[in-house]
Amino acid sequence: MQRIGVFICWCGSNIAATVDVKKVAETIKAEPGVVYSENYQYMCSENGQQLIKNAIKEHNLTAIVVGACSPRMHEATFRKAAEAAGLNPYMVEIANIREHCSWIHKDMDEATEKAVVLVRTAIAKVKLNAPLMSGESPVVKRALVIGGGIAGIQAALDIADAGFEVDIVEKNATIGGRMAQLDKTFPTLDCSACILTPKMVDCAQHEKIDILSYSEVEEVKGFVGNFNVKIRRKARYVDETKCTGCKICMEKCPSKKGLNDFNMGLNTRPAIYIPFAQAIPNVAVIDPEQCIKMKTGKCGICQKFCGVGAIDYTQKDEFIDRQYGAIVVATGFKPIALDNFNEYGYADNKDVITSLELERLMNAAGPSDGVLVRPSDGKHPKVITFIQCVGSRDTSGCGKPYCSKICCMYTAKHAMLIREKYPDTEVHVFYIDVRTPGKNYDEFYRRAAEQYGVDYIKGMVGKVYNVNGKLMVQGSNLIDNEQITIESDLVVLATAIEPEPSVRKIATLLTASIDTNNFLTESHAKLRPVESPTAGVYLAGVCQGPKDIPETVSQASACAAKVIGLLVKDKLKTNACVATPDEMMCNGCSQCANVCAYGAITYVEKEFRLGGGKTEVRRVVSVNPAVCQGCGACTVTCPSGAMDLKGFSSKQIMSEVEAICKM
Amino acid sequence: MTKQERIDNLLRLSGTDVKKCMKCGKCSGRCPAFNEMDIKPHQFVSLLAQGKIEILLGSDAIWNCLSCMACVERCPRGVAPAAVVEAVRDTVVRAQGKNGLKAEDIPQIVDEFIPQQLLVSAYRKYNK
Repeated sequence: MQRIGVFICWCGSNIAATVDVKKVAETIKAEPGVVYSENYQYMCSENGQQLIKNAIKEHNLTAIVVGACSPRMHEATFRKAAEAAGLNPYMVEIANIREHCSWIHKDMDEATEKAVVLVRTAIAKVKLNAPLMSGESPVVKRALVIGGGIAGIQAALDIADAGFEVDIVEKNATIGGRMAQLDKTFPTLDCSACILTPKMVDCAQHEKIDILSYSEVEEVKGFVGNFNVKIRRKARYVDETKCTGCKICMEKCPSKKGLNDFNMGLNTRPAIYIPFAQAIPNVAVIDPEQCIKMKTGKCGICQKFCGVGAIDYTQKDEFIDRQYGAIVVATGFKPIALDNFNEYGYADNKDVITSLELERLMNAAGPSDGVLVRPSDGKHPKVITFIQCVGSRDTSGCGKPYCSKICCMYTAKHAMLIREKYPDTEVHVFYIDVRTPGKNYDEFYRRAAEQYGVDYIKGMVGKVYNVNGKLMVQGSNLIDNEQITIESDLVVLATAIEPEPSVRKIATLLTASIDTNNFLTESHAKLRPVESPTAGVYLAGVCQGPKDIPETVSQASACAAKVIGLLVKDKLKTNACVATPDEMMCNGCSQCANVCAYGAITYVEKEFRLGGGKTEVRRVVSVNPAVCQGCGACTVTCPSGAMDLKGFSSKQIMSEVEAICKM
Repeated sequence: MTKQERIDNLLRLSGTDVKKCMKCGKCSGRCPAFNEMDIKPHQFVSLLAQGKIEILLGSDAIWNCLSCMACVERCPRGVAPAAVVEAVRDTVVRAQGKNGLKAEDIPQIVDEFIPQQLLVSAYRKYNK
């Protein structure tokens, strides 16, 4: 029989204001097995922990129940305290009487009654607890960074500088990401390429960094310290080791009508191309949908002209398997599609463009060589109207409910740059709120209004329509309580951003949680902001939430610090609550192996004695406890009930259910 | 009726949550009858949220709103300014002891393409 101690925490007034903690502690004393019951203001404090340690020693407790906050908060704290007093840490159970009770109830009697039931439930479980020991697993000293934008680049450089091997997997033909497409960067207006491309080159030249461009993660197995990742190296039809980036192929290619993705489709590129001048790797890629040779079998001009024989039309996708100790997700974002916003006339008017398209139009390496012209007629626009919050802060279902965070600043930047370069241009900005918190940010926005004479209009645009090539922008001016129409030459939509859609697949592969907006969820919004709840997976950049370049770089470096902290360890303590099979009940059906996300389950041929000197060889399950994460998927899948989870056995769970039902 | 009851009544009749308004003005930016209205669509939402209903009940705008629902269609927050206008109009008409709409007329004029609210508000306006 266990000698159980119960410790009820007030959590200041968090629990005590709604739950009669003294009554709970008193009532529980009568429970069979309970030899000690106490309540205290802050059980997690030094004094509270001491109280637990003393009670364990004085009353020879063999198991304890702490009625407190969620086990996610302080289970580790109380396990440590118990261990310090000589108790096995797995002889501790938490009854969550805060999140599951005091915070969601108003009536004290009701909440107190429920708290008693929750503590009884934990007692029912702890009676069946057994001491458990954790094992150890080695750490593969190599990191994977998924996504080669500024977030991935920064994380990779920081990890590599600490001496660890890093692979960057980038789905596009070059690293650089969205930042490579930008013209200038706020709030200092330095040229994006000038500050990004040196970092790209650093990545390429770093002896610890391996860039796997034009590649995608296909499969992830394993767990923190020991991920096994299958990477698809997509066929680029150009031998990466031979191509010198001379671009003769691009000149000679007769199929030149492909939309240039890098320029947001504002101009065209050949079927064989290098996305932009400073691409890393500086290696061409063939678009098989556009290549005449690959579609018809006739052409082969690029192959003829290539001086190093790099072109290979028969190349196939290849798969490589690599092991990693940690994974950084840095998959980035894209602007949303504007199909739901026909009031702005984006689909019908060439001169209604998104802000990212404007970045390319203003970029010296862009489709118009940095000269700002109207896409429709190539003329210089004299009146430009910006519309903010296009698709952001939209709860009607058309757009995104969140603020995209970067638009106020980049719109101020655009407006300022245009007024600087073309002082004869009139610039209007429709805004709902201007949100510019951050160092030197509000000053930046005010400079646009005060020094550059940008006309900020508090109000929103209702419709944009075309009259003889002029874009009529009709909106409200709320300060003057007027409806106004601005005859414009160019309309720029500050389009909401959303996570790059491929992040959903990545999240599934990594079993990393994702929210309703497809942003990856951090482990704790304030205190663990760069860690995914999945151990060994870290988040950098917009895949975790909207953010600008300075914030992205900070988060990427924070990720790197976490990764380095993990990779310097030689061994990790493994989870003690692992699956444990009953071989005699196993029928060898493999269903558990199919659901195991970590690859912890294998099958072995084993000899069993049948009695009477006879033996039989049967195929039975075997769990690798170093790999098992204790998720329990196998235990509920097993049709014969042969699989159980240490610390969460079916018996323990059923006794908890019984304790709840007894009330 | 106390003033609060009259406010609550308007909130209930409108069936829209005026607190969701983020004051962007897109409703008034889109409204085709904006210049004909003494009180603008966004003001209907804002004044009701503040409980300043006398201004609304005394406005001419309730007779000039086209009930075209453009404001409802374009609102990024799912608020329905036209429904507030209709609630005020309804309250004014009822206070005059009228309702405008005859129940027996409805079947002949119902057309599946006409928004029901347009029908209702049209009758209130033109039968006054």
